[in-house]
Amino acid sequence: MTTFLETRNLTKCYQGQTVLDDVSMTLDEGEVKGIMGPSGAGKSTLIRCLNGLVPIDSGEIYLGEKRLGDKHTNMDKVRSRIGFVFQDFNLYTHLNVRRNVTIALRKVQHMKKADAEAIAQQELARVGLQDKLEAYPAELSGGQQQRVSIARALAMKPQLMLFDEPTSALDPESVGGVLRVMRELVQEGMTMIIVSHEMAFIQAVADDIVFMVDGRVLEEGTSEQIFEQPKNQRTREFIRGLATEAAGAPAEQDA
Amino acid sequence: MSDFLAFAWQHLPALLRGLQYTLLIWVVVVVFGFIFGWLLAVARIYGNPVMRWLAIGYIELFRGTPVLVQLFIVYSGLPNIGIVFTPIVAAMVAFSLNTSAYQAEYFRGGVGAIRSGQTAAARAAGMTRRQAISYIVLPQAMRIVLPQWSNEVILELKYTSIAFAIGVHELMGEAKLIGADTFNYFQIFLVAAIVYFVVVTIFTSVLDGVERRYALRQ
Amino acid sequence: MIYQKILDNLPYLLNGAGVTIGLAVGLLVLGLVVGLLLALGQVYGRPGVPFLATAIERVFRAIPAVVLLFLFYYGISGFYDISSFSAAVLALGLRSAAYQSQIFRGAILSIPSGQMAAARAAGMRRSLAVRMIILPQALRQATGPWTNEALSELKDTSLAYTIGVVELMRQASYIVAANYGHTLAVYSSAALAYLVLSLAASYGLNALNRKLAVPGFES
Repeated sequence: MTTFLETRNLTKCYQGQTVLDDVSMTLDEGEVKGIMGPSGAGKSTLIRCLNGLVPIDSGEIYLGEKRLGDKHTNMDKVRSRIGFVFQDFNLYTHLNVRRNVTIALRKVQHMKKADAEAIAQQELARVGLQDKLEAYPAELSGGQQQRVSIARALAMKPQLMLFDEPTSALDPESVGGVLRVMRELVQEGMTMIIVSHEMAFIQAVADDIVFMVDGRVLEEGTSEQIFEQPKNQRTREFIRGLATEAAGAPAEQDA
Repeated sequence: MSDFLAFAWQHLPALLRGLQYTLLIWVVVVVFGFIFGWLLAVARIYGNPVMRWLAIGYIELFRGTPVLVQLFIVYSGLPNIGIVFTPIVAAMVAFSLNTSAYQAEYFRGGVGAIRSGQTAAARAAGMTRRQAISYIVLPQAMRIVLPQWSNEVILELKYTSIAFAIGVHELMGEAKLIGADTFNYFQIFLVAAIVYFVVVTIFTSVLDGVERRYALRQ
Repeated sequence: MIYQKILDNLPYLLNGAGVTIGLAVGLLVLGLVVGLLLALGQVYGRPGVPFLATAIERVFRAIPAVVLLFLFYYGISGFYDISSFSAAVLALGLRSAAYQSQIFRGAILSIPSGQMAAARAAGMRRSLAVRMIILPQALRQATGPWTNEALSELKDTSLAYTIGVVELMRQASYIVAANYGHTLAVYSSAALAYLVLSLAASYGLNALNRKLAVPGFES
């Protein structure tokens, strides 16, 4: 496998606080990487740095041969090929579902209207929302909005998908539908980085798990290593905490 | 530039004399606008149907027509039915009538924003309805609408300049006179603009201070 | 009968009302364009631009409309033969721009930051994201306060009377001059005309707002 993305010694400070501290990791093509850790660990900041939404203070990010932040790297172009799914969906509230999915195709990729709409239909069908083309975000449930936002990202034919706690803002009954869509992506071989607290899901799909605390990578390894033989005390406690929580909450029942 | 400064210096005393009238009109208008505004608001919220419709009619009429028309009606229209004011009093009357309609609407919004529990609590403590309204509801409402109210009051300060149109020698009227005397209209209006800017800025920051101190955030 | 006289003079009043509407539309369009630029400069401008935009806004908000009217009329006619109508559009339009910029800035700042993040994540340049995502939402947020501003400017067009624009008030004053002793009736008719214009404008703008509304942006 070839290395698709690599970070070297990333640091990021925000208002005097170190949010990322010397983070290095690699992601192979087709790999699914899970990022876990308590809140405030810097997980969201890390994946926002990967597509340049948040500028880094020092370190390097390589996407293939390209170094992000270089003068001749067009970040807008890079971003258009990295799908990003937000915790709170961030659908464009003034546009209906169809326009949410097509607007970047039309304005960034300068695609013809008919082509863009064909892609929108196809991607919305994939997430099971082909009948919601004309609905506005305010008319959709949280789970539906999140599936639209995944379709919106997939429509750009991304080479990498970044998920920032995609199910954290959802009510329990909506979680399953979103995870099912993500699982299909895994099966299609999409390269993905997933920040999530959905332990069972991450355990099932991730090739590799990064455990972060206080902006640092505390532990990294396969799902068996992290879940069954965590080396670090903090990791162990965190996993145990999640497991207890999951026992009381509805899990990914339909996956 | 030094010509302009000399010109400004020469005519500043006359403008400042005008400014006294500007401020006099403004203070009267603010006081009466406040009183009428509250009376209208109370009539509109708590009055019987006749009072309510009279208040609504008044408010809509005065908010739907330009203050300049109101000024002309008060100054040169009312004499047709035997009511005669001097220019400065006409300005005070017209602006007070005008601003009370706007203030009434702000006050009404403030009263509407008060949670119903407040009146209930006052009544439970043995206050009459009238007491509950005057001691609990109105003071709170005033503090809620303080930002809009100060905004309206500053607007009114600027609108006093319209009084020159009926011959009041306030700041703008003095500027116009000096312009006619010296044919230096642009320069004198520039000086007047600077004076207005300074005065409005001062009173805006004073009212901002009052707001910070007393405004109730909902 | 004075009312017969007013009826006879109705064409002049209508003509004046036409000029009033022209003034209002002209100044509101100028205010919209400049106000938007000021608001964008305040929110997204390079260092120095927000300060400059805020200074312009402050100045135009602190100076009374009639002073601005005279300042622009006499200031410009010193080197260019400007009509009183154009001077009024310019003076009142720039003042309105100051008020409108405040409305637009508030609306832009009220859009959740996730909207910009999502647009940037999809590869949009910042300017494109502002144009396609932020502004369409902000403008819908602004329709309510903007309608108030428009109605207030409609009434303030009457101030253009003071520099000699022959709008509704000026036409009314001509009729007054020709009919001694009937000032109250004539100016009351003018007031009625403004009231009708205000109601019509309010009705029209609210209908437009409803048309622009999408679910989640009902005003």
